[in-house]
This record gives sequence, structure tokens and C-alpha cells, in this order.
Amino acid sequence: MQAVSSESSSLVHEPTPVGALDFTRDPDHYHHWQLRLDGAVAWLGLRVAEHATIGEGYELKLNSYDLGVDIELHDAVQRLRFEHPEVGCVVIHSLHERVFCAGANIKMLGRATHAHKVNFCKFTNETRNGIENASACSGQTYLCAVKGSCAGGGYELALACDEIILADDGASSVSLPELPLLAVLPGTGGLTRLVDKRRVRRDRADFFCTIEEGLRGERAVSWGLVDSIAPASRFDGAVAQRARELGDDTRRPLAGSGVHLPPIARRFSADSVHYDHLDVLIDRDNGHATFVIKGPQVALPENSESIVAAGTRFWPLAVMRDLDDAILHLRFNETSVGSWIFKTLGDPELVLAADALLARHAEHWFVREVLLFTERVLKRLDVSARSLIAALEPGSCFAGTLFELALACDQSYMLLGQFEDDETPPAAVALSEHNFGRYRMVNGISRLEARFLDDAQTLQVLATRQGDLLAAQDAEQAGLVTFIPDDIDWHDELRIVLEARAGFSPDALSGMEANLRFPGPETMESKIFSRLSAWQNWIFQRPNAVGDKGALVLYGSGERAQFHKQRV
Amino acid sequence: MTGEVNYSDLIPNNIDLGADRRLKRALESWHPKFMHWWKTYGPDEYQDKEVYLRTAVSVDKAGWAQFGHVKMPDYRWGIFLADNTQQDKRIGFGDHKGEKVWQDVPGEFRGPLRRLIVTQGDTEPASVEQQRILAATAPSLVDMRNLFQVNVEEARHLWAMVYLLMAHFGRDGREEAEDLLKRRSGDADKPRILGAFNEATPDWLSFFMFTYFTDRDGKYQLASLAESAFDPLARTCQFMLTEEAHHMYVGETGVARVIQKACEIMREHRTDDVRHYGAIDLPTLQKYVNFHFSVSTDLFGAEQSTNAANYFTQGLKGRYQESRIDDDHQLKDQPYRVIQFDAGQLVEREVAALTSINERLRDDYIADCQRGVDRWNKIIAEAGIDFVLTLPHRAFHRQIGIFSDLHVTPSGALIDAERWARECHQWLPGPSDHEYVKSLMQQVTEPGKFASWIAPPRLGINNQPLDFAYLKLAH
Repeated sequence: MQAVSSESSSLVHEPTPVGALDFTRDPDHYHHWQLRLDGAVAWLGLRVAEHATIGEGYELKLNSYDLGVDIELHDAVQRLRFEHPEVGCVVIHSLHERVFCAGANIKMLGRATHAHKVNFCKFTNETRNGIENASACSGQTYLCAVKGSCAGGGYELALACDEIILADDGASSVSLPELPLLAVLPGTGGLTRLVDKRRVRRDRADFFCTIEEGLRGERAVSWGLVDSIAPASRFDGAVAQRARELGDDTRRPLAGSGVHLPPIARRFSADSVHYDHLDVLIDRDNGHATFVIKGPQVALPENSESIVAAGTRFWPLAVMRDLDDAILHLRFNETSVGSWIFKTLGDPELVLAADALLARHAEHWFVREVLLFTERVLKRLDVSARSLIAALEPGSCFAGTLFELALACDQSYMLLGQFEDDETPPAAVALSEHNFGRYRMVNGISRLEARFLDDAQTLQVLATRQGDLLAAQDAEQAGLVTFIPDDIDWHDELRIVLEARAGFSPDALSGMEANLRFPGPETMESKIFSRLSAWQNWIFQRPNAVGDKGALVLYGSGERAQFHKQRV
Repeated sequence: MTGEVNYSDLIPNNIDLGADRRLKRALESWHPKFMHWWKTYGPDEYQDKEVYLRTAVSVDKAGWAQFGHVKMPDYRWGIFLADNTQQDKRIGFGDHKGEKVWQDVPGEFRGPLRRLIVTQGDTEPASVEQQRILAATAPSLVDMRNLFQVNVEEARHLWAMVYLLMAHFGRDGREEAEDLLKRRSGDADKPRILGAFNEATPDWLSFFMFTYFTDRDGKYQLASLAESAFDPLARTCQFMLTEEAHHMYVGETGVARVIQKACEIMREHRTDDVRHYGAIDLPTLQKYVNFHFSVSTDLFGAEQSTNAANYFTQGLKGRYQESRIDDDHQLKDQPYRVIQFDAGQLVEREVAALTSINERLRDDYIADCQRGVDRWNKIIAEAGIDFVLTLPHRAFHRQIGIFSDLHVTPSGALIDAERWARECHQWLPGPSDHEYVKSLMQQVTEPGKFASWIAPPRLGINNQPLDFAYLKLAH
């Protein structure tokens, strides 16, 4: 294989091509959020700039949001975890006088293509899951201070927080008016979190979701829709006090500097995107893209101080940031590229060494964040509506954390032996302890557990083989790869699977893949992506929502939706 | 042990209250709470005095205005719906136009209808609370009596809305009815719903301005609810309008008498310095007009409103005198001209009529306000004084809608924030104006006498003389 470049980057950050969505944000230039740091408490205030939209034809009134608002939120949540380890509590609040948040902008949704709606919802769901993950795993607890009306997506954002304080002023309310008002669902986790997280009794939840105006005051507390109420005159004080309490109770360092997240170095060309640790090569004619992920090139720092000092140059973080950016870019900007092929390049032993290093320092706040971030990136891959194919070739490094990529794929192909006229030794895969529960899927189990569902014996055997480099036949025998063609069949096998994939209905493929990827248990997260999103995406296609006389389309015109009364 | 209250006697009504067990039970629980509210937050100090009040005991000509001395807590707050004069009454607008009006709340509109009723209902006790200390500075007995008349009738309007909530909205309606007594004007924790109803009414000039401008908003809201497809609401509001007219009359004649007094002094003493003679000068009046007009125009809501459009399409709330408007009453694809702010300028634009319902009602309201201002100006002109009161531009001093971010002079010129801060007290009452007006507020209780700053009315109440004992103050 070719020699690879050194760790230092030759790339600089480049914006996405004109017309493409860019997920890069700079907190000094947020349009919609204001981040204020006060010791252990971070105040994340929402004041949506009505005209700073990412699309045409709508204004973001009443603190309603579009994808642009949520990309900033995602950026802020991410930065708080890495850049501000001293923060133990994040308060989400509104800087709008009368409204907390009116949810996703309806005019925007009414005009959006189906694909954009689905991608938008998926991203917003991922961001909210990330918020919960920060509360649960990073010791950064989210507190939501609701003053003014908090409707739809606004309440869903509140639901993603650990605690909700509602102003008891006779006007502030929480509501999920999607069904009565728009003929769609509170699809950003709303329905699921209501019953699964907040344990609102299902009959009450049913009632709550059928009334436009929602509930306020004591009843909102007694039904479990919020945690507490505070009179308007004492509201700010009550929020500040609770924020201090939550901020003090933290597993994070009380002082010390965080790790700055600079914009990701990358370069776009017509058919490729290049990162320091990843190249994405797009074959538009055949509708697929190849991700080539590069393993560590140099020895990694050994102690936690030097790991923190390396910051975003630390390979385990750097490679995942590249991958995350590429996934989002392709999801939103390359919707016709239906299959993603995953390849790796590097030394599997170095990846195992990196995993061992991470495991040794897993309790260190920064390493913990790297591991949690890796988990989230892999989840993002799991729920991407693309066919995922792993191609394990000589020179690859599908070991430990990077083997998770192969496990995430719908099918994996490992070359048996070597390519003709190529000295590169045959491919080998290896497991590390990280494959056994470190990176949970949205359904709460590891990819190996999902692969060998309820098969403890196999998992035990595999656990004993951690660190072993397994050649193709061993890997197949162990059930770790799907097929092991030799070099005579290799190109044809891959071509056929990709051509077949390209020939099928993309909708049916997305549906099939999403069903087969998550065997086993359900969690709140998995239900949001499976049950809630699936129903929502069905409703998003139905005339009652998006037909000429559909509620989503007519919303704001004053005209009334006309429903087909047939129950399907 | 107290005996069972006979609500049909206690509460004059034309809804056959005696036969409605559910409603009776709900009122039994609410009535003591209302009385507690009235005694605690209603008019201060004069609750044990006999006041010459008008009571409605039925909706016909003979019954709606019966005069007599009564202590306010013994006032007979009644529940009245305007007579159903139309056989086979039909819905006049929206998607259901031409269908029979509803006698019951349709399930799908229960939420929005309740919200409309609660929002309207909340203003009624709010204004009583706002005005509770005014009697202490009443400029005459007849004015004090007028204040109390307005107060008991606002409280009756509360009853009207509470009746609708209790009769048609089940448990939620009963809870809302209780909440109407729990919110408090100007309270930091439980404020009234609408901004103007949390402002103080500190003096009698403000009271007259309030009843002229803010109660007139009430007239337009009630008039558009009187078009509702939900017939009990429509008929309730129709009857309330007859009383609302009296409140606006108190406001219009009150301001007119202040003008009258100022003009008399100016003419008699050939001076502009009416303050020297203990009256209120016309420029100060203009500032009060500017303030109360702008605060009241906010009550009509945002210029473009999906909610208002939905209410119209659903048949819940129509336009002012809907049946007299010459169009299809559905407003599909119809234009309406509104003033908007665009590229640094106020410009007129054509937008969808359906989402401009609020603005249309505001237009009707402004035209109505102007008519009274014209009558005031006639008093000034007849006195031979060269001064004209004007309504400020609708973009002036707004807190709601597209103009709320702008600074606009009363004549409609856009200015920057700095100039606004520097000059706003040329247009709005400032601390010294409030202080001056406050200094005039001295109670006058001798029958037939009036404070220095206000002329007597031309007529007494119900053809009684001006020195009639409108309140019996002696024990």
C-alpha cells in the first residue's frame, strides 16, 4: 500500500460547495443562540433571528426553528462537552419576551421536500439524543426553563432536558398541538419521551396530545409534563438556584481548560471530499460513495495530559469528527448516492493500541467524551438511510473501534488472500474490548450483541479472542463478515451487490435496512427512530398532511384542511 | 345552616337557570368565590353604600334598565342572552356558512372557543381591579356612580362569560371560571392575559380614556364574537354590547367634559395656561389620547394572524357587522390592503384578507375612535379655539405586531431609538404630566358639585337632576 501522509494536516477548512448545507458553525457568529458561561452553569438562550433562515419563503416567528437553528444547537451542545468541561449544568431558556419556542416552523415544513423533512427530523432527533446523552454520561445536566408558550418542537426540546421548570404565570404552557393543528405527529421524540421518559400516563398523554393549547401550572406538574413550577416573580431565581445545584453535582473537572473544536479541515472536489483521516470518493453514475478511513499514522500520546494537549489532533477524535461531517454532508447534499462502501487503510495493531489507550484513560473526562462521541457517530451511521457495505481489503485496519464500521454495515465482504500482483499482506480483522459494549446502538446493545442476538456462548468465545488478528476464513467462521470472495471473484461480487442495490427501490431498501439493523430490545431512542419516525414519515406522505387540502400545506392560510376519513 | 340559595331569584336570567341542575351546581361553587373577589378586589370603601344603579332583569326594553338604589354586593348580576329573533338562524361566514348555527360546542373547536371566551372574560374582572381605588378621587357623585355602574356591569360580563364556560365546557370550563378570579391585574405572578389590562388606571383622566379607547376594543371584540356560529356565545355578546355602549359613553362624555372645562377657562381668561386654573390643558389631553389609543390598538393582535384566520374559517369569530359586508364571507383568495414596514418605509401592501382579519377589525376600530375625536374637536371649535385633537398613527408606540420594533412619531415618521428616547414625552404623558393630573384628583362628594378640572354633564342619570343623591353616603 501507499505511504500515507503524516499527522500534520495539509488541508484547511473549506466551506461546502454553493447550494449545499454546511454543518460548520462558529459560536461567535450564532444567529439564534446565545451561549453565556457562568462557572459551572452554561446559559443557552434562544432568540431566533426571524430572517436568518436556511431556506426561502418563510420567517422564523415566535422562536420557531428550521434546520439552521438546530445546527447551531448541535454545535453548542457539542462544544459544551469538549470545550467547557467545567460546566455541570446547561440551562436552555428563551430570550424571546413572550414565547419559549413555537417548535419547528410550519411554513418551512409545508414547503419542504419529503426528503428534507425526513433528514431534518432525523438530525434534530440526533441532537436531542445527544443532549440526553450529555445529561446521562457527561455529567452535564440539561435544565429547561420554560417561560411563555412552549409548543410542539419547543416542548420536545424541553423533554430532551433532564428537568423542566415552568413559569406559573397563568400564561406559560407546554403543548404538543401537532395532531389537532397540523395533522402530523410530535415527531422529534415528543410522543415517545412523554410516556417512556416522563412516564406520563398513556391516557393523559393521549388527552394532552389532542388539545391545541396544552396544559399549564399545577396540572402540568401533577401530570408529570414538567418537574416543577415557579411563580413569575421568583422564576429566574428558582432556575438559577436549581442550575447551581445541578452544576455542582458533576463528574467533570471543576477547573482546567477544555479542548477547542476548530472547523474541520476538508477539501471538496466535484466527486470527492477529502479530510485528514478520510477520503470520500463518489461514483455518481453507479450511485455509490466509498469512504476510505485512515488508521493512526503515528504513535499516540501516552498520558492524559498529552492526550488533552493533542486535542482535535488526537486520532481517535479526529477520525470521528471527519466521519461525522462526511455522514451529514452526504445525507443532506448527496441524496442520490444510495450506497456507502466502507474501507479502511492502516495498521490494525495501531488501532488496537489506540483502543487500549482509550480504555486505560476511559475515566478521564476528555477520553470519555471521545468515546461517547464515537458512539454517537456510529449511531448516526446506523440510522442513515443508505445501504452500507464494508469492503475489507489487504492494507485495511478493521480492528476494534474501526471494526464497528464493518459491524454497522448491512453486508461485509472480506478478501480471501491477496490481490494478484500486490504484495500487501491479506486483510485481518480484530476485536478489542470496545466491541463488547462500549459503543451501544440506539437499541442499547452493542453491534456484536445485535449480530449474535441472545447468543451468549458465541459472544463469550469472541471475547476470548480479543486482540487476535483474524484472517478471512477465521473471520467468516466466527461470523464476523458476510462473504469472503477471493481475488478472482472480488470485483464481480462487489459490483453485483452494488448494482443490485442501485436497482432496487431506495424506499424499500431504507425500510428493510432500518428493520434488520436493530434486532433485539427497544429503547426510547430506538423507538423514536423506528416507530415514531416511521409513522411520522408515513404521515408526511399522506394527503391529509401534504395534499392540496392537507393541514400542513394550508397551515397559516386560514383555510381549513379537508381530511379523507378512511382509517388506514 | 344557610338555606338553599334560590338562584333564579338571586340571579336574573333568561336561560331557565332553575331547571339546569348542572349549571346550578357549578354556580353554587363559583358564586361565593365571586363574592369574595368582588368584596376584596372590587370597588374600595363604598361597598356598604347605596348606589343608584341600573340593573338588567330581562333583555326587553322595559327590563334591561331598571334604576334604583342598591348596595353593590346586593347587585343582581344576571345571565342574559339576547333574544333569538331569527327563526332558523344560519352561520354567516367561514367554511360552515349557510349551515345551522350551533347550540352546542363542536368537539373539534372546544379548545379555540374556550380560549376566545377566556380571553374575553379575563378583561372583565381585570378592569374592575384596575379601577378599584378611583372612587377615592371621584370628581363628583354622579361620576362615582358611573364608575360603579361600569364596575358592576363589567362584573356582569364576567358572569356572562362564566356562564358560557360552565354551561358548555365541562370541567375545563369550571377550572377556567375559577382562574378568572385568580388572575389579578398587574400582578407579577398571575397577571391578566392581555397587556393593557395590567396597566394601572391611576386617575380619572385615564379612566375616561380607558373607557373610551379600551372598552371600545371590547365593543369590537364582542361584536365579532356576536357573529359566532356558536349561538349561545353570539347572543351573550349581543346583549353585552348594549352595556358596553354605556361604558364608552361614560368615556366619551368624560373626556368631552374635561375638554369643555379647558375651553371654558381658555375663553374666559383668554389664556392657554389652563393648568393655572386647575384644569387639564389640551396638549396634555393629546398625550393621554396618544397613550391610550396606542395601547388599545395593540389589543387587536398581530397584523397577520393565522389564529384569527382559523377562527374565521371555523366560524368562531367573524368580522365587525359581518352580514353588512358585501363579499363572499369566506375570503378565499381575497386581498386586503394593510400598512407594512418594508425597506425602511411604511408602505401600503395588498395581502390575503383571510389572514388580515385582525387588521380589518383594527381599521374599523380606528374609524370609530375617530368619530368621537371629531365630536371632541367640535367642542373646541365651537369655543373658537384653534386646536385639533388627533389620533396618532397606528404604528406609533406599539408593543405588538410588525411595528413593535420601530420608533414612529404620532404623525407616522420613522425615527431612531435615540430620538425616540429624547422626545417621546412630547407625545406620551411623562412623569410631570402624571404628577400634575394626580394633583387635581380630589374627591368631591357634595351632590351637584364638580371638581375644578371637569364640567358637569348636560344631563343627570335616568332624568334625575345633577344634585340627586346618586350615592347615599350618610349612614
